[in-house]
Amino acid sequence: MAGSKPIKELGEGYLATPGTSFHDVTEIVSRVTETKAPRGWWILFGIAVSITGVLGATLAYLLWTGIGVWGNNSPVAWAWDITNFVWWIGIGHAGTLISAVLFLFRQYWRTAINRFSEAMTIFAVICALMFPTIHTGRPWHIYYPLPIPNGMNVWPNFKSPLLWDVFAVSTYFTVSLLFWYVGLIPDFATLRDRTKNKVRQLAYGFLALGWRGSNRHWSNYERAYLILAAISTPLVLSVHSVVSFDFATSVEPGWHTTIFPPYFVAGAVFSGFAMVMTLLLIARTVFKLHDLVQMRHLEMMNKIILTTGSLVGYAYAMEFFIAWYSGNPYERYVFLNRAFGDYWWAYWSMITCNVLVPQTYWFRSLRTNLPWMFVASILVNIGMWFERFVIIVTTLHRDYLPSSWGNFSPTLVDWTTYLGSIGLFFTLFLLFIRWIPMIAIAEVKMVLPQADPHAEDHDHDEHEHAPAVRGPAVMKTGEA
Amino acid sequence: MASDHDHDDDSYRESKRVTQKRPLLYLAEFETPGKVMKAAEKVRDAGYKRWDVHTPFPVHGMDRAMGMPDSKLGWIVLACGLTGCAVAFSLIYWTNGLDYPLIIGGKPADAFPSMVPVMFELTILLSAFGAVFGMLGLNQLPRHHHPVFYSDRFDRASDDRFFISIEAADEKFDLEDTRALLEALGASHLELIQEEA
Repeated sequence: MAGSKPIKELGEGYLATPGTSFHDVTEIVSRVTETKAPRGWWILFGIAVSITGVLGATLAYLLWTGIGVWGNNSPVAWAWDITNFVWWIGIGHAGTLISAVLFLFRQYWRTAINRFSEAMTIFAVICALMFPTIHTGRPWHIYYPLPIPNGMNVWPNFKSPLLWDVFAVSTYFTVSLLFWYVGLIPDFATLRDRTKNKVRQLAYGFLALGWRGSNRHWSNYERAYLILAAISTPLVLSVHSVVSFDFATSVEPGWHTTIFPPYFVAGAVFSGFAMVMTLLLIARTVFKLHDLVQMRHLEMMNKIILTTGSLVGYAYAMEFFIAWYSGNPYERYVFLNRAFGDYWWAYWSMITCNVLVPQTYWFRSLRTNLPWMFVASILVNIGMWFERFVIIVTTLHRDYLPSSWGNFSPTLVDWTTYLGSIGLFFTLFLLFIRWIPMIAIAEVKMVLPQADPHAEDHDHDEHEHAPAVRGPAVMKTGEA
Repeated sequence: MASDHDHDDDSYRESKRVTQKRPLLYLAEFETPGKVMKAAEKVRDAGYKRWDVHTPFPVHGMDRAMGMPDSKLGWIVLACGLTGCAVAFSLIYWTNGLDYPLIIGGKPADAFPSMVPVMFELTILLSAFGAVFGMLGLNQLPRHHHPVFYSDRFDRASDDRFFISIEAADEKFDLEDTRALLEALGASHLELIQEEA
């Protein structure tokens, strides 16, 4: 093997610019939190905080007045609130997928983007949780779904998918937060050890829990990380499946389908990767992360977007097919109404953004084209929002009885609540970028070629790796 | 224990008040993961027990080089996960099936299939708590006052340097012999951490 040409496996390439040292990694990532924020950050932060302010005012108005200020009405009782909830939850899924599923599959390229996307998960779930909280108009009664003794002596109804949602989403949020924090502990230690500033030392020192890089600790730490990844993987699949049960266990035409759980999960991963891409492209440019976030990483993500986009396209086609094949006239009507009825524009926007746009990634030139992938990632997110809207509104506005038909149009408050949640998301994200290492320092070091303890002994054939091409194994726990 | 001062325990305690500093640990610095791994194998073979390797990232194969047993965390997580599953089942069975039976959609009050999603979620939730807090418990963290932090050079343990620390509390620890061992292992820098008397 020694001296022979390393075999390049499918999809392998450089994970960082060749020659990047351990110290370079520390510098590139820590620098962002240590130097003054660039002008671009302040501009974006100003915009995001202003939008969040609008959200605050909107919520105050909403809760003071009641949800009559929304466009929701009797047939369309669920409208933008639940659309936004499902959309935000879906966006969160890419974070868990990158940190858990790709970890279990030993996809080393994830190290450059996992911290980022985990943070995105947390903030997306915060935005998502806001909607079920406010959509009752009486958030001070939010304790109803919790199994705690109350004055009415009634317990929550555990047969309701809405209650499953409470457990699924809150578990998802808690586990994502723990996973994120565990990954951050060694990196907080790095920031603590670098700084001479007393306040930073206290803050990062507190968060680092006195981490000292001990191998006896790493051993338990990696086992904890592995277990968290292993339990997050079914969790992430369960969360969106449970969200889809909210629809699938009903008897509404267009909702009552068994394809919903996998279809919702595929859509969630699809929109999540698109959002990671949008954020990553901005941060990569503003903070000059080109050494660690290579074109290869972006291309891999685009391939996943292509895969999940095709899955989503397949699901659309299959829904349509079953609506015809089942011979159920209500089902068939709902689908024809989706495509050619009052909300045809939402349906065709969804098809364009979710089915056609990702298909451009079959071409390498477009898959590696920065301006196009930025535009495409935003289009995909718009398309996925339309998907939730189409599922919810087109089903509710035409059900079995023509006497209970009606239409929905959003009010200004609907708009400001939705756009405001995007402002909240970006505010949290910009704060994260400024104060927390946005790339997992320890994990990137681990996949550098010189991290392999056998990198130096060239006389041993059995240890011969192709260091520039493959990172060493991410986990010790996997070895015999 | 300090061999060059030939004191027994009592006179040691007395002398500490005057000039003596108490040695806490040796800290040896290495430049690459490969060097620290070879050194760790030697320290293991020399029979030390209270020692550690400090690295900025987990080094592949170091557990074996240090002769460490496998992590016990999995058992903690298993226990927590089973507890979560049992808690969810009992909670739902008691609230919906016994304490206030609700018949919804013609299903039995204690219908099992509808319990599955919540049982699953609570299993995951408690497993995650078990993994994180179990890990912190096994590692005895948070701990902000470990003697290795007395060294200024140790700041690089979270950047690009690799350290071996051997504690004075180890039975085989000896100021001269341990120093000789670490020097022979190719440490680029060697430091004795002492406690101020």
